[in-house]
Amino acid sequence: MFLIVSAALFSVGLLAALSRRHAIFILIGIEMMLAAANLNFIAFWRFAPQPAQPIGVMVAIFAIAIAAAEAAVGLAMVIAVYRHYRTTDVDQLDRLKG
Amino acid sequence: MNAVAFVVIAIFALSAALAAATLGKLMHAALMFAVALVGVAALFFLLGAEFVGLVLVFVYVGAVAVLIVFTILLTRRDLDVDRGFNWTGVIVAILVFVGLSVAIFKTPFLASATPQTTMITVRQIGEALMTNYVWPLQCVGVLLTAALIGALVLVMEEKR
Repeated sequence: MFLIVSAALFSVGLLAALSRRHAIFILIGIEMMLAAANLNFIAFWRFAPQPAQPIGVMVAIFAIAIAAAEAAVGLAMVIAVYRHYRTTDVDQLDRLKG
Repeated sequence: MNAVAFVVIAIFALSAALAAATLGKLMHAALMFAVALVGVAALFFLLGAEFVGLVLVFVYVGAVAVLIVFTILLTRRDLDVDRGFNWTGVIVAILVFVGLSVAIFKTPFLASATPQTTMITVRQIGEALMTNYVWPLQCVGVLLTAALIGALVLVMEEKR
């Protein structure tokens, strides 16, 4: 059952990342997909015969830390792009040369 | 596992996530994102991983959501209403969900498995982090430092 919830959360994140044009929405969708993956790690860790090694917990904690780093860099890039182009609409960012 | 609590929390988290993905105003979506992550943290509590749930609340609701709100405030020029909605993304997301559900229900082990909830203490997690996982921990420290310095460099004013 946890896996179904996790799959639904992943799909919602994918929806946000694919269908919105605003860069911040895309980052929110990516964070939601990462949270769904963490939920899967914890659920599969709980399926193992107990007491198990805390591998799932470790992977989830490291994934959260890396997701925080990714969010910081991604939002900094949104701000930098906005300063340059005056927009955060990803459909209008179609030049490689500044 | 308390089934009623699970259903309530799951509906709460999923509806908040759906609102975050579809709301028109960016600020409302960011706040709904924080609510959805509180729901996910409650699911972690239900699975007996309290420490991960608390870390999720601290990191996401405490740090990432605030960061998103600040970014929205700093990039506010274009009236923060999202123009247009790409329906191809909706179709792809529904297809992915159907595919994952079919895969989960067709696996005989996963369809019937109920997770066991024995508690894991913070002491166990700390011991594991300080013995088996020391090197990953140090690497994450270096990664976070590098990411924060990189973010600062990215948003520094360009000198002309």
